[in-house]
Order: sequence, then C-alpha cells, then structure tokens
Amino acid sequence: MRASRPKVAIAAVAAAALAVAGCAESDREGSSGSSNETLVFGVAGDPKVLDPSFASDGESLRVARQVFETLVRPEEGGTKVSPGLAESWEPDAAGTTWTFKLRSGVKFHDGTDFNAEAVCTNFDRWYNAKGLMQSPDVTAYWQDIMGGFAANEDDTLPESLFKSCTATDATTVSLAFTRVSSKIPAALMLPSFSIHSPKALQEHDASNVTGSADDIKYPAYATGHPTGTGPFKFRSWDVPNKTLTLERNEDYWGEKAKLKSLIFRTISDENARKQALRSGDIQGYDLVGPADVEPLKGEGFNVLTRPAFNILYLAINQKGNPKLADLKVRQALAHAINRQALVDSKLPPGAQVAVNFFPETVEGWNGDVTKYDYDVEKAKSLLAEAGASDLTLRFHYPTEVTRPYMPNPKDLFELVSADLQAAGIKIEPIPLKWSPDYLNATTSGSAHDLHFLGWTGDYGDGYNFIGTFFDRQKDEWGFNNPALFEKFKQADTTADQAAKVALYKEINADIMNFLPGVPISHAPPAIVFGKDVTGVKASPLTDERFSTAEFKS
Amino acid sequence: MFRFIVRRLLQLIPTLFGLSILLFIWLRRLPGGPETAILGERGTPEMRAAIRRNLGLDEPILIQYGRFVRRMVRLDLGTSISTKREVTTEFLQRFPGTVELTVTAMVIAIGIGIPLGYLAARRRGRFLDHASVGGSLIGICIPVFFLAYVLKAIFSENLGWFPSSGRQDPTIGATRITNFFVLDGLMTREWDAAADALWHLVLPGLALASIPLAIIVRITRASVLEVLNEDFVRTAEAKGLTENVVRRRHVLRNAMLPVVTSIGLLTGGLLSGAVLTETVFAFSGIGAFLAEAINQRDYPVLMGFIMIIAVVYVLVNLIVDLSYSLIDPRVRVR
Repeated sequence: MRASRPKVAIAAVAAAALAVAGCAESDREGSSGSSNETLVFGVAGDPKVLDPSFASDGESLRVARQVFETLVRPEEGGTKVSPGLAESWEPDAAGTTWTFKLRSGVKFHDGTDFNAEAVCTNFDRWYNAKGLMQSPDVTAYWQDIMGGFAANEDDTLPESLFKSCTATDATTVSLAFTRVSSKIPAALMLPSFSIHSPKALQEHDASNVTGSADDIKYPAYATGHPTGTGPFKFRSWDVPNKTLTLERNEDYWGEKAKLKSLIFRTISDENARKQALRSGDIQGYDLVGPADVEPLKGEGFNVLTRPAFNILYLAINQKGNPKLADLKVRQALAHAINRQALVDSKLPPGAQVAVNFFPETVEGWNGDVTKYDYDVEKAKSLLAEAGASDLTLRFHYPTEVTRPYMPNPKDLFELVSADLQAAGIKIEPIPLKWSPDYLNATTSGSAHDLHFLGWTGDYGDGYNFIGTFFDRQKDEWGFNNPALFEKFKQADTTADQAAKVALYKEINADIMNFLPGVPISHAPPAIVFGKDVTGVKASPLTDERFSTAEFKS
Repeated sequence: MFRFIVRRLLQLIPTLFGLSILLFIWLRRLPGGPETAILGERGTPEMRAAIRRNLGLDEPILIQYGRFVRRMVRLDLGTSISTKREVTTEFLQRFPGTVELTVTAMVIAIGIGIPLGYLAARRRGRFLDHASVGGSLIGICIPVFFLAYVLKAIFSENLGWFPSSGRQDPTIGATRITNFFVLDGLMTREWDAAADALWHLVLPGLALASIPLAIIVRITRASVLEVLNEDFVRTAEAKGLTENVVRRRHVLRNAMLPVVTSIGLLTGGLLSGAVLTETVFAFSGIGAFLAEAINQRDYPVLMGFIMIIAVVYVLVNLIVDLSYSLIDPRVRVR
C-alpha cells in the first residue's frame, strides 16, 4: 500500500493534537471551579499607561478607576458629584478655595496612610511638573482642566487654574485656585486626579519622564507600580498575552470587592468579543454593537444600558462655504433632517432626539429653545429665500468606526443625505477612515461643509460639552460669535451655582438660535455581562464599579 | 559558503536604507498625524501644535530622517508615540506570538500539503487528485478572515472545543521568559500552560494555513509529476529499485526544490501578513499591533517593525537558499 506512510503520519498528528486537546480541556475545566471568583472582561484596546495622571484613553482610565480613588467621584450609575476619598467639601465665599474633609482610616495598597499630606503631594506633583511632563500628550487632562503649571516651559500654555494645596490637619485639605471655575469640583472626579501613594511615587520615580520630546519614556511607576486606595490592587500586566490582572484589596476601607481577581483582556474586534463571551472565554465586555443588544438579551446575557451621556451632532462649517454663514441656510438644513426617523430606525432602544447640545441629565439643559421640526417644504422655502436653492455640500462621514454616540456612521450618513437631497441640496459624499484621516479633516479646518461628530461627557458639567465646542473660534465650525464666546467666559467664572445654571440655559437658547450645527441624538451605549454575573450598575461616565460584581451561585 | 552568507548580509544595508527612505516619505505623506490619534475628538489646535512640535514633526523631513538614521545606526528604534514603550520591547513582546502562529500554520501546511500533493500526483486523474486540486483552489480563494470566522463559529462558539481568542487562558498565570508561550511552558515545566498555549494556536493556525497549504499541495503535485516523467526515475524503476527507494531518493528529493523555495517565500509572507487572523482571534502578535499603529500614525513603531520584519524576511530566505544545498548537492552556493 503506497499511501500507508502519509496516512500514518496524519493519524499521528491528529492523535497528538487530540491528546494535547484533552489535557488542555481538562485543565480549563479544572481551574474554572476556583476561577468562579475571577472575572475576565473583554476590552477593545490595551491600556496605554497605568498612571492615570498620564492617561487620556478610556482603557487606561477604566483600569485606574478600579485601582485608584479620587477626592470626589460620580454617584454610582450617575453623573452627580458624590463623596470619594473626601466625605464633604465646600468652597469659600469667593469660590476660589475649596476645603475637603477627608475619610480617615484609609490605607494605600502599600500599607501607608492616606491623609491630607498625601493629597497635597499629588497636587504638587502635577502642578510642579517639569520638562516632558508638561508635554500635552503626557498630561492631557491636567492641561485640559487646569491649563498650565507652576512654571510654564512653553509660552503657549495658559496660566494654571490650580494655585496651591494646604493640609490643615490629617483629614482637612484645601485646594486654592487662581479664579472661580465651573469645572470645580466636578472635574476632580476624573481618574486623572486619582490620589497615589506618596511613598510609591517616590520609590518608583513616578515623575521622572525621560527621553526627548520626540522619544518620551515613562518611569517604572507608570508601567508597573500603580499604588492607590481602590478596591482592587494591581497584580500584573501581561502585555504579550494582552491581559491585565487586578486582585482584591483585602484592606479596603469600604465594602471589599466580591471578586478575588479581575482580568481585563484586550479583544479589539467587536465580533471577536461577542464570540469570546458566547464561548465562555470572557464573562463580559464593553462597546457592544447596537445590533447585538437585543440578540444578546434574548440569549440570556446581562446587557446593561448606560444612560446616554453623549451627543451626536451634524457640524456645519461656516468657513468652508460662505452660503452656510447664512442663518436661513442652516435653519433649512435643520428642518430638512428627520431626526425622529433616524433615532427610531438607526439608534439603539432608548435613544432620544437632541434638543440641546448636551443631554437632559446635565444641569443647564433647556427644553424651551428653538426647535426645528422636520419640514421639507419649509426647508426648501428657506433655501429659496437665502438664494441657495442650488446648494452643493461636501459631506464628510467616517468609516471603520463605532462611537458610543454614533454606532453606524454610514447608515446615518445615508439617511441624513437622503433627507437633504429631498430638500433639493446636492450632496458630495466624502467617506474617510476615522483615525486619523477623518478626525484630521473635520477638526483641523480643511475644506469641509458638513460632518458628523460627537462627544461623550467626562463629568457632569455643561461646559464639558458646549464649552468644548463653542467657547471660541474653532476650525471645526469656523464661525466667530464674540457675544457667545463672552457668555461662556462669564458662565465658567460664575461661582454661584444657580446663576451658572441660568447662564447655561441662556447659552443653550442662544446656540439653538444661532444654530452652528444640528444636535441630532443622545444614544445609550451598552455593556454586557455573562448570564451568571450580577451586581454591576451601568454608568453614563463608563465608571462601572467591578468591586460589586459577583457570580450568581 | 561563508562569503556567500556575508555577502547576502551586506546586501541588507542598502536594502534597508532604500526601504527606510521610501517608508519614511510615505508615512509622512499620509494625511493626519499622531497628534490627531492621540487627542481624538478632544484636541485643541494649541495642543495639536504642541505635540507636533514636541515630536519634531514641524521640522523639514530631511532633518527628521537624519535623526531617525542616527538612531538606527545605534540600533535604537526609539519609543512608541502612543504607548511610550521602546519599539524594541514592543516588538519582542509580540513577535514571538506571530512566530508561533506562523510556525503552526506552516507545520500544518507542510505536514498536510506535501503528502497530499505527492499522493495527488501519484494518483493523477483519480478522485484524490481532483479533490485536492479542487480543494486547494477553494483554499486559495476563501478570504482568511472569513475562514477564521467560520472555524470559530463551529469549533469554538458551537462545539466549545477550542478557545475563541487570545494566546493563553489568563487565569493560568504562566511565567514569561521568551514570550514564546509554548516554549516558556516547556522550559518552566508548566505543562498545562504549554498545552493551553498550543491549544490556542490550533484554530488561528488552521485559518492562516489555508493559503500556503493550497499552494504547497499544488506546487508539490506539479513538481512530483514533472520528476515522475524524468528519465532517471524510469531508469531507477527499470533497475528494479523498490518503490520506496525510488520515491524517497529520486522523486521526493528532486521534487522538493521548488517546494522549499515556495515555503521560504510563504513563511516570509505569513510573518508579515498575519494581520487579519491575529485581529479575528485577538491573537497578540505584530500583525494586529501594526494595524493599530497605522491608525495611530505611530511612526517609530511602523518604521521599526517594518525594518525588523525586512531583516527577518531576508534571513528566512537566506536559510532557504542554504537548505538547497542540503537537499540537492548539485546546487552549490558560491
């Protein structure tokens, strides 16, 4: 028999494979008994850095939220400021100094005490950042919130909002600011303001960002020694296996985590995350595709819907096309789009048509603004009045991307452009790859007319939404409206909360009259857990607390 | 032989220079830059400008290239713009994964492809021949990512025989030495870790093997057919040598040259082309990382990885060329 040898060889390979399979399989089953207290959670990207002072990406911040704590934190499942490491806080009469009363009996993961000195060590570390730590890609959030540093090394950096930190006694700390800002205290909920162990910071050289400007290297602390006060401690980061392991902090001051360990595993492909959940490799994942929400629910998985804390808008660039500087044309665009139909057919259940450029849960939301109902005839007549009946618009939309506020850009584009065409506007579609082509084209002021973009809030303050878009002339929108810009400045520096909210309401009304773009929708993003995992509350800020997760027995 | 190797290695230098210039210019001409990727929707114009200035991207391209070359001659590939870890470290953490995957795929492709191609040739025109030729056509035509999805849907999601993704079950807590997970498991005697890593390689290995398997079947078949028609085979058979001896000494040995050449090229191709398989299986190798680096415009990672891959590609082909002389002494390397 000629074929005997190859046959034997194939059979041998198959047998060997089965043998290995059998033993691997039994191992996996064997370990699953004890791994019942281990939750493997699928995330879309690797964290970039373990020191949240240097992080601005969601995956790094997700890890930080389990390991570290901030002075104030968002209420569970909401956006309101609630106690964190501080039990209470209040501003002085001028609104520039905030005094925090700290929790006592809190220890860092390295066993050292948390106290007012530790808080000051952290704020001083950020404020006195030197050299490469002042690079905007290293301390993005500090610069976003506080502006500059004690000694700015770059002339373009603004004056720092932060001024000084004073530890009155072990549990009392005061933060002084150079002016009143509406961002305080809400912005202090950001993981970037997490309180680190002063001892660990020093031991692992946390502020020693080395290299050169084009070749930045993080210190050991940021890559392997994050030391906070949170319910989980850092154990290991297995970069080759794309997993990061946290373990329960047995000395946690509050309710201890129910899980013994928590593993974040990177699976960048959305479909692959879904398959990994179904095959039991992971027990939960984030960034669920809107089309998967109902099927996964049907299969018995725990799909949690986050309250929508985002906005999708259609931006109109007034610089790109002079006709768009005409308010009537912008109003025509707003009337031409059937936003309700779009929300009903293309967005996940629970999505809403936007009335302002931020969701109703943010203070300052104003339901009493100019609304632009779907009305094609009105759109046509407005265009005729403006002498723009033959309008052709370059419409940018992104490809290869899913954003929480924009699950399926191409579908959205097709609906909106069909609406606009029905009103007699010619559309020139310009699809671009999200990163970096699309972001570059839409935010750096190239010749575009219309584009989709959006925002997910960092904390519950109106400025974080509308201030980001409209507080000064931006390439994305191109318009110059000094009166509006002035109102923003006023709102940001108003100490009185009620007066501030009233101003935001006024600004929202102004924006909807001026109509720099069309706010489209708020869409609730989803997160999913295994059939037997309970205890996690979805957070609009993606601040899910894994310490409360547990397996149903 | 020694001179041959040295000459081939010296040829690498102009190759790398040429490649680096083309790559450098191409990358800088792509729209958008790392600052857009770093800042996402959040970037103010001032922050964008500051990052470009810090990265030296506002300088003339010649100065930027000069800086790159100065680093490269010191074998320093710089640090990743997005992760701030050294490019060399990033590479060493991921390349072993791709190598494991490629080796698995090539073992499957060679282990099945050569016997199948040989059998098809010996049974020309019969069922096995038609089946393997037809099957190989399908193997070449099916997109790898589609096959990957199908394999996963059947063997992982439905049957639950294989893990759906990753390189190793993270709860095993394996020790890392070389980052070749199977090897690490064997070295540390963590047998379960080694078996688990091997088990994770099966499905992506099969998916990745589909194209080289099909090509190897076809080349082996064609090559064996050609050799079978040669006079020396007829002579050998006429001399009354046993079937076995003819097959091994005369047919297979002579038929293997084109097969080995193609294996070299295929391996090189797989090393750099495992992007889709790695993405679908969330397999931590260089493929998926490179794809991410392109989106991020992470110039140092792209330059560094592609330079190293080029070197590896040349080395693999050098080894293939050297192996000729072992298979067929008539081919002498000079």
